[in-house]
Order: sequence, then C-alpha cells, then structure tokens
Amino acid sequence: MDQFSSMFVLALNYAVPIVIASLGGLYSERSGIVNIGLEGIMLVGAFVSAAFVPLFEAQLGPVTPWIAIALATLAGGLYSLIHAYISVDLRGNQVVSGTALNMLSVGVTVYFCQIIFNQQRTQAFRNGFIKQTVPVLSDIPIIGKLFFTRIYPTFYVAVVLVLVTWFVIRKTRFGLRLRASGEHPSAVDSVGVSVRKMRYIGVLLSGLLSGLAGGIMVLTQSTQFTVFSIHGVGFIALAALIFGRWHPVGVLGAGFFFGFSQIFSIYSTDFALLQNIPKEFFNMLPYVLTILAMLVFSRRSVGPRAAGQSYDISER
Amino acid sequence: MKKLLTLSLVILLIFSLTACQQKPAEPAPTPEPPAAETPAEETPAEETPEPAEEPADEKISVGLVTDTGGIDDKSFNQGTWEGVIRYAEENNLVLNEDYSFLQSVSDADYIPNLSQYADQEVDLIVAAGFLFEKAIQEVSTNYPDQKILFIDAVVDAPNVMNAVFAEHEGSFLVGVAAALKAQEAGKDTVGFVGGFDFDLIQKFEAGFEQGVWAVDPDMKVLVEYASGFDKAEEGQSLATKMFDDGCYVIYHAAGGTGNGVIKEGKDRATEGQDVWVIGVDKDQYEEGVYGDGTKSVILTSMIKRVDEAAYIACKAVAEGTYQGGIQVFDLKADGVGIPKENPNLTDEWVKTVNEFAEKIKAGEITVDPAPVRVKGN
Repeated sequence: MDQFSSMFVLALNYAVPIVIASLGGLYSERSGIVNIGLEGIMLVGAFVSAAFVPLFEAQLGPVTPWIAIALATLAGGLYSLIHAYISVDLRGNQVVSGTALNMLSVGVTVYFCQIIFNQQRTQAFRNGFIKQTVPVLSDIPIIGKLFFTRIYPTFYVAVVLVLVTWFVIRKTRFGLRLRASGEHPSAVDSVGVSVRKMRYIGVLLSGLLSGLAGGIMVLTQSTQFTVFSIHGVGFIALAALIFGRWHPVGVLGAGFFFGFSQIFSIYSTDFALLQNIPKEFFNMLPYVLTILAMLVFSRRSVGPRAAGQSYDISER
Repeated sequence: MKKLLTLSLVILLIFSLTACQQKPAEPAPTPEPPAAETPAEETPAEETPEPAEEPADEKISVGLVTDTGGIDDKSFNQGTWEGVIRYAEENNLVLNEDYSFLQSVSDADYIPNLSQYADQEVDLIVAAGFLFEKAIQEVSTNYPDQKILFIDAVVDAPNVMNAVFAEHEGSFLVGVAAALKAQEAGKDTVGFVGGFDFDLIQKFEAGFEQGVWAVDPDMKVLVEYASGFDKAEEGQSLATKMFDDGCYVIYHAAGGTGNGVIKEGKDRATEGQDVWVIGVDKDQYEEGVYGDGTKSVILTSMIKRVDEAAYIACKAVAEGTYQGGIQVFDLKADGVGIPKENPNLTDEWVKTVNEFAEKIKAGEITVDPAPVRVKGN
C-alpha cells in the first residue's frame, strides 16, 4: 500500500501539466482551431516562470512560484495570439502555424536566456513549489494517503480547472457558442455571434492554460529551465485530448493514464516480473502508449467537426 | 492594425532566427601583438611586489573551451575555469589577451572552437568532460604540436594530457560519512543515484558502497540509475521512491539529474523529515539550503578538484615539464576529497573520515573501482 500510494502521488504530479495543457487544447479545438503549438506555448510559460523565480525569490519569498505561474499564464496567452491571428484572421493553415509556434519558442527562449543569464538556460532557482501534506484531510484512510499527503498544491489547481472547464463548456451560454463555432460556424454566424471572437477566445484560453501548465511543470519537476524542460508533454497533452474525447473529465482520466506511464520506468526495478526488461523500454513507454491510444481510440472518437477549417464569412 | 501585427510577427521570426545562430560569447582575442608590448602598458607602477622575487616564468597563453553546459555551470566548466584563473592571477596574465574561453552552444561547436585556439597557437588548450572525446581526438591529430589538457576522460595522443580522477576513493570517504550519520540515527539504509549506468559513474557507486560497508557491513545500499544527466524530474522521482523505501542518505553522481534529488531532499527537510543528500563534483552545500537559509540538506560532498588539474597543467606548460599521457588525481594528489567545511558532520566523524583517507593514501585500503553489482555477487 505504501509503495502504491507513493507511486500514485508521483503519477499525479506528472499528470498535472498534461491535464492543464490538455484543457487548453480543449478550448481551442472546441472553438474550431487545432492548436498543435501547445508544446511551444508550454515552453514559453516554463521559461517565463523559471526566469522570474531566481531573479525575484530573494525579495518575494515563498509566494514567488505563484506569481511566476501567473506570469507564465499571461505569457502563454500573449504568445498564443500569434496562432490566433494567423489561423483566424489570415485563415492560414493551423497545423503549420502551430508548428511554427513550437519552433519559434525554442529560439526565443534560449535567446532570452542568453540575454538575461548569459547561458543556454536559466539560473537554478531555490523556491519551486514544495510538496505539502494537507492537515486533517490527510488523515482520511486511503484517500488521505493518495490525494492529500506530500503532494504539490498545483494538483488542486488542475482539479479545479477541470471542474470549471466542465461547467463552462457544458452549462454556460458561452460554452454553447464556443462548441457551436467548432461544429457549425456558419450557424453561429447566422444568429449574430462572431465566430472570429469565439475562436480568438478559444485560442487565447488554450494559450493561458498551456502557459500555466508549462510554468507548473518546470517549478514542480525541475530546478531550472532548459530547452528540454517540456520534452514532448505538450504533444502528450494533445494525445490526452483525443484519448479523453474532448471532454474535461475524460481529459483528466487520460492525463492520469499518461502520468502513470511516465513513472513506470522509476518503479520497474521493484517488480520481479518487470526486472528483466531493460529500463530504456519503460522510458519509451509513454510515447508508445500515446501511439497505441491513438490507434485504438482515434477512429471511434470524433472531434469537433469544423476543427482545423478556417471560417470564411464570405462563403456562407 | 493588421499591418502592425504582421510587422511584429516578422520581427519575432527574425529574432528567433538570430537566436539560433550563435556566436561565441567571448570574442576571440586577436592574434597577439609581439609579446613584449603588452606588459609595458598594462602593469601600473604600484602593482604587486611579489613577482619580482621569483624569476618570472615565461608568460603562457591558455584557451578554455566549454562543453554545452556553459562557463557558469557550477560544475566542470566553471571549476576548470577557476583553476585557470587562479594560475593566471598568480602570474599576471591578462584576461582575453593571455587567457580566454569559448563557449560551445552545441556539440557541433567543439571542433571549430578547439581549432580556433589551435590556429592562434595558444600554449595550452583546456577542455573538460567526456563529451569532448571525439573532438579532441580529431584536433590533437590535426595539430600534433598543440598542447591540450583533457579533463575526465582519455584520448591517447602524445600531445594530450589526460587528467583522470580516482572518484571511487573520494566516494569511499562520503560513504563512510553517510554510514556514520545513518548509524547515529539508527537507520539501516542509504542510497546512490547515478546519472547513467556506465563505468565512469560505477566508480562512484563502487567507492560509496565500500565506504558504507567499511563502517557497517550490514547496511543496505539501494542503487538507482537515471537515463541521463539533465533529467531533474527523473532524479526527483527516483529520490521520492528511495526516501519512501527508507533511505536515510542519498549520494548522487548525476549532474543536473542530481538537482532533482537535492530538491526532493529539501522538500522533505522543509516538512521536517530527517533525510540527507550527498553532493558531487563540488561543495554543493549552497544548493541544499532550505527554510530560513541556515540549514542545508547536503551532508557533505565528494569534490573533484578539476581546478587543481587545470592549475597544474598551466604550471607544467610554463615550467616546460608538460607531457602527454594520463595524470591520475587521486586522494594522494589531492584530486578528490570532501570539503574543508562540513557543518553537518561532527568533528569526530570528520576525524574518522580522515583516518580512512590516510589509510587509502598509505595503501592499507584499496578501493575497487567496480561495484559488487557489476562484478557479479
């Protein structure tokens, strides 16, 4: 049980950035814009927060990481506007634009590292997030051990975001319009709602959330920013989005699934059955599972119908 | 509005392009003017009395090439550079004239950077880290008269001086410290995290386990290896697992991955758990500071004196005693060891550690560079 709970909590920590970035992808794709730039936006968010902390932690103390992820959120939002402009206003190819976002992020972040820190990465920080045990709640049998003991507080941020997203998408007028823009944009247009505005908001939200995810990822899992800080989690988040069928709760489950797959390499040596398999195999596992999940689920799960198509008001 | 956005987009793209195209951070010193000119205008009259006493050795020029870690990596590159600086300051060398460094942005920069110094005919090129192996092989063949100091790995060429360290001996000492600390707390398990499972890092593992068992043959040593030296998140996860499995002290030989181990140790110490981490390569005490800044989770560190290697090589070049081949920096040569200041060790433990060090120096204890796990049984 002890080992399982320590595995479980680790998996949750890996799942948090995947889930949050995936929610970002959800807003964007629901509005009709495919955003494969999640990875790049996360990298920008990671850079901003990891650069902010070492520069200001001496003055600000323990609240520094919270301010840092707030800034990462903003930076991600701003950065995503490039994608919004290209794919909504210029009606450019959304995949190409997203790819450009990914490539640009590598150059820009390293460039600023070089300017600010005079090296290829940020200076190591001291005040990342710290694992915490929630008083009282951690005494609940089983659940207390799994969800409230030695866990990063950012986990609760992810859970709240899942609930909020579910509510917004399913229960509000805004959510309805957002979904409609992704399914049938001309219908949205015909009732006097601006598709352009909806899609801008969708992409902006994806940028805000991915930036947040990147910031959280670097401040919980690392001690400094490097170009490899995100290492493919943005793409795993996209897979989790498809795997979770564009549904917030599904995304949460898919995020856990991929989180678990990441910690297998850590625990593989503890199980007699798995001991003879080389460790490298388990390092590969999250990516293999991503492909498998795509193979199995992508046919049955159908995304927003108009996702990926630019909307031209004159063609209505 | 539209135009403005397009324009700013274009500017961003241009930025990203220029960001990829790296220039060496430090402009290469221009080919030196006839050597006699510089000191005349550089040395102010009131300066330092001491060089007058000893017959001034001929001034040498030194060029250091960093690996991708950069000059301030708080590890190899920085340590080596500090050794060069120490020599330079003692001998009144002028930065960017007599000695300088070039930073490598990617692996592809190694050969051009090394060659650039070789073309300038500096007296000594210094490079640290096994990443340089191929590059040094090539450059040492292309420039057979160029003296090169290569730290931490071996290239068999007559003009290359290879500085290798007896990491297993230093690791033995921190193993002793770990076991003493665990014994005091009544714990029976300590751990080791390596960056990657190959012979160089196994030397750390081997020395550590032998040191632990020299104090307490019954103590358990858990061993984990990560999948690289830049995976802090993996280091953190491995440490989480090992601490949960009852490890009291973890010794890491994992570079950036080890920062994750230290982070997990700090997290737990902040929460009031009693756990410790042992640092590597340099005194990592500062990295382990937590809470109000007066305590550190770093019990002690296994220091590799790369600065000493650089210093000695510079000196050898100046004195004309430089020769290629392998130079071993072991305990006896003061190449490895624990820091001078160990706030988390009692004087008594430091004494015990030093006793073991003396025994190793005297040859009474031989530390095996291969761990039991690898030797089989």
